[in-house]
Amino acid sequence: MAESIVSLENVEKRFGSNLVVRKMNMEIQAGEFLTLLGPSGCGKTTTLRMIAGFEDASSGIIKVQGERVENKEPYQRDVNTVFQNYSLFPHMTVYDNVAYGLMIKKVPKDEIAVRVAEMLTMVQLGGFEKRKPDELSGGQKQRVAIARALINRPKVLLLDEPLGALDLKLRKQMQIELKRLQRKLGITFVYVTHDQEEALTMSDRIAVMNGGVIEQLADPRTIYDHPKTRFVAGFIGESNIFDGAVKAVNGKRIQVQTPAGLITTYGEGFQVGEEMHVSIRPEYLDASREPVEGFDLPAAVKDFTYMGTVVKTALDMKDGSETKFSRIEQDDQLREGDPVYLFWRPEKSVAIKKTVPQGG
Amino acid sequence: MKKPVDASNDLQAISRRRDVRRKTLPALAQAGPVSVWMILFVTIPMLFIIYISFMSRGVFGDVIYEFSLESYQTLLDTTYFKVILKSLQVALFTTVLCLALGYPFAYYIARKPPETASKLIMLIMIPFWTNSLMRLNSWLLLFQTSGPINNFLQWSGITEGPITFIYTDALVVLGMITNMLPFAVLPLYSTIEKLQKSLLEASSDLGATPVQTFLKVTLPLTFPGIFSAIILVFIPSLGIYTVSDVLGGGKVLYIGNIIKNQFGAIRNWPLGAALSVLLLVITGLLIFIYTRFAKLEDMEVV
Repeated sequence: MAESIVSLENVEKRFGSNLVVRKMNMEIQAGEFLTLLGPSGCGKTTTLRMIAGFEDASSGIIKVQGERVENKEPYQRDVNTVFQNYSLFPHMTVYDNVAYGLMIKKVPKDEIAVRVAEMLTMVQLGGFEKRKPDELSGGQKQRVAIARALINRPKVLLLDEPLGALDLKLRKQMQIELKRLQRKLGITFVYVTHDQEEALTMSDRIAVMNGGVIEQLADPRTIYDHPKTRFVAGFIGESNIFDGAVKAVNGKRIQVQTPAGLITTYGEGFQVGEEMHVSIRPEYLDASREPVEGFDLPAAVKDFTYMGTVVKTALDMKDGSETKFSRIEQDDQLREGDPVYLFWRPEKSVAIKKTVPQGG
Repeated sequence: MKKPVDASNDLQAISRRRDVRRKTLPALAQAGPVSVWMILFVTIPMLFIIYISFMSRGVFGDVIYEFSLESYQTLLDTTYFKVILKSLQVALFTTVLCLALGYPFAYYIARKPPETASKLIMLIMIPFWTNSLMRLNSWLLLFQTSGPINNFLQWSGITEGPITFIYTDALVVLGMITNMLPFAVLPLYSTIEKLQKSLLEASSDLGATPVQTFLKVTLPLTFPGIFSAIILVFIPSLGIYTVSDVLGGGKVLYIGNIIKNQFGAIRNWPLGAALSVLLLVITGLLIFIYTRFAKLEDMEVV
């Protein structure tokens, strides 16, 4: 494993009586693209701000390159930040904005000129030197913000929802550019977003956060295919989640009794009677006119949504919940109101242990 | 080059004229009452002052309506020159002190949550709403020879005998500052409050110490507020006479006092008018500089 460049040990952040980040432990590897992903209020931005130094950790240890930084001011830390609202200095030109960090460090003027030119070329903003920030588009401002941070050659670049204000098309384009930039420079990126698709596309590893804790820290494929908690399963991509209790265990095959009916999943380490969750992606779900072995999951077709490549079908379950599945085309001519039996290949579903929510 | 006039041009001209009328009529309707008001109560008196300043004074203190540069020649007299210079000095001193006191205070308020900030602004405004003569006289009571401050100084043994505070330049400046501080704090507050905290964070993130951040980000971005504060404090400070009248006891004379005396006791209206014109010119110059440097939109005062 590569060396760890940022490490958090039992880091906590409290705002008044509100515990925003709880006992967080995380090792960020040198050169990786790590994303902190979670809904708003999950503590991801606070975590980033603690690494940058804008917030003091209430307790715990934060190390950058093995050196403790909890008591260091932001200007003493070897990390740079790209802010959500860009935070370009409005009274300075693009050139002065990008040169700011070097100017503060009293780098010779001619070296600054060379490096600024190099940076602006890299973010494709050559010729924009004399513009003021309010003469730039959102995407251009974002590039300036990135150049302004990267010119300092930080060990770690912190990005706080940097693409949040851009429109979808520009966002997609910038995602690819950012990823390429990170690969090219080999700088560690710590990226905060609430957009799971963005996280899946860009990251080497994703830390899915909820309620101030990391629910799962893994590579995108593992996060998507093997969510560890019910929250991760629900937050990443679309999932149907069934809550129930183990009825029978036969090797790896587990029969689970849920309010919606009997289902079968695949997993290890579950005991009969244990409460658990089963997550199944819409694309792995199937419907049959007759009950399928291992399943007793009756449903009624509610409606269809045409999604371009697939048709998404919503179904009403007997416990009142809704389940969705999607397929390339409707070959069996389901109609609204049709009674069906749902099933799937047990190994395609994910068996998830029930976790006790942490108190707070 | 002369453009050929044809029918389409005529039509365009008509529609343009209609356009102008459509736009100017409502504008006039809105600005009209204000304009009338301004002409009646500002422009006409001001023109009258300028007119009088070119007249001469009669034996009985009346105005003789004959053109004369007498008053302006008097202004060149060293006594008046000194007073003008001293008034400028005091106004400048007041302005600098109001900025020095007002900036940190405005910064402090601006970084508080809105509810606290509005309470603190209130604290600044309350003395502002009380009658200024009452305020000035209370300073006099506080600082007089047998007043509480002198009593305390002697009781605590800091001084042997009473200190003469009243009727000094220092007390006048103190009075000016307490009078003018709100005019400095309010525009400063409104610009500092608009300053995004993330800009300061960005500066710090890029390696700037708090002092560097202040000099390179905070100060330039709050410059419009500083300039408003300078104008709003300096101009009234130059003309105000109540403060030096009460706290200076008539011993301390500024341009404002002299103008007041020329129109009052001394009854030399042309000289008073000429002094007023001088004040107008100084004020006009400052406002000219102000509008050149600050955008109009930054001129708001809370």
